[in-house]
Amino acid sequence: MALTNAYIQEKLVEKFNDQVFQFSTDSGILSFESAAENNLKVLQFLYEEASLGFTFLTDLCGVNYPDNKGAELVVVYHLHNFIENIRIRFSIGVPVAKPDVFTATKLFESANWMERETYDFFGVNFIGHPNLKRILNVDEMDYFPLRKEFPLEDQTRIDKDDEMFGRG
Amino acid sequence: MRPVRFNLNPKEAEIADAISMGKAPDGVPGDGFFATQLSSVVGLARKNSLWPLPFATSCCGIEFMATMASHYDLSRFGSERVGFSPRQCDLLMVMGTIAKKMAPVLRQVYLQMAEPRWVIAVGACASSGGIFDTYSVLQGIDQVIPVDVYVPGCPPRPEAIIDGFMKIQDLVGQESIRRRNSEKYRDLLNSYGIQ
Repeated sequence: MALTNAYIQEKLVEKFNDQVFQFSTDSGILSFESAAENNLKVLQFLYEEASLGFTFLTDLCGVNYPDNKGAELVVVYHLHNFIENIRIRFSIGVPVAKPDVFTATKLFESANWMERETYDFFGVNFIGHPNLKRILNVDEMDYFPLRKEFPLEDQTRIDKDDEMFGRG
Repeated sequence: MRPVRFNLNPKEAEIADAISMGKAPDGVPGDGFFATQLSSVVGLARKNSLWPLPFATSCCGIEFMATMASHYDLSRFGSERVGFSPRQCDLLMVMGTIAKKMAPVLRQVYLQMAEPRWVIAVGACASSGGIFDTYSVLQGIDQVIPVDVYVPGCPPRPEAIIDGFMKIQDLVGQESIRRRNSEKYRDLLNSYGIQ
């Protein structure tokens, strides 16, 4: 029998009860959330449970919702089951004041660079990561540019002519 | 509205006989000799055999490829010899967006060039950061190295690149051979932290 979203949800709820929540389906992809401290348990269950078999981490990224108090930063995992060709989306929220998340590098080697990228742009602190440092931006950068509290425009410019930028 | 203008003082083409000859510098001609200043002769030699080093990172580089190719033919200006070693080249042509992470590389390439060296910033990105007014892009290469000529455009057409190149030729031809030893030039390099 082909793996269905309903079956995945059923297995997750059976194992974690109310520790997993916010189930929804968007474009046929099942999405759900859990508390930040449970991320490895959920990922490991999805990996090791024979009938689920989400053994590939397609993507790991961050999102910043500045108005979502207590969970301003969200880390999203996209997982893939190669045999059934099914993807799911799993996210956790952490407060921007203490953005600590357990690293997934012990489960997925591919998480290494993706977690460095998420740290680079959002400042998520991946506990246990073997080499958590900037990967894409210059090492001297002293902020996390994709957080919405920082303006996107380059702040080193002093010669900006508002008239030429359409706001004179 | 402020007018945006390009090429305020266009240079008249010398096309009287469809062949233009370079002008001889001021001097005293005579039977079998010609006396002039050393700097004029050196300038004449330098400006007609500039070796460009293309530092092409994006679409302006594509325009430069057209400039080098047969239709626009930069070798008409004595610069067919494009070098890819900074040690051998006189003219650094920076074409394209320079990310902040690329800035030290560009600076290193500039430092590896021997004097006399010139720099031309081709396109909006190299000149000012262009549309990439963002945390990751250098807002103009003149933040890390001195620039002699800026070519506007996004990307500039090959004619504009050639125009910028001819401006460089004018600078090279008129440059005093003592300029690179002058106090002013040393101050300029020091302002970029270059000894």
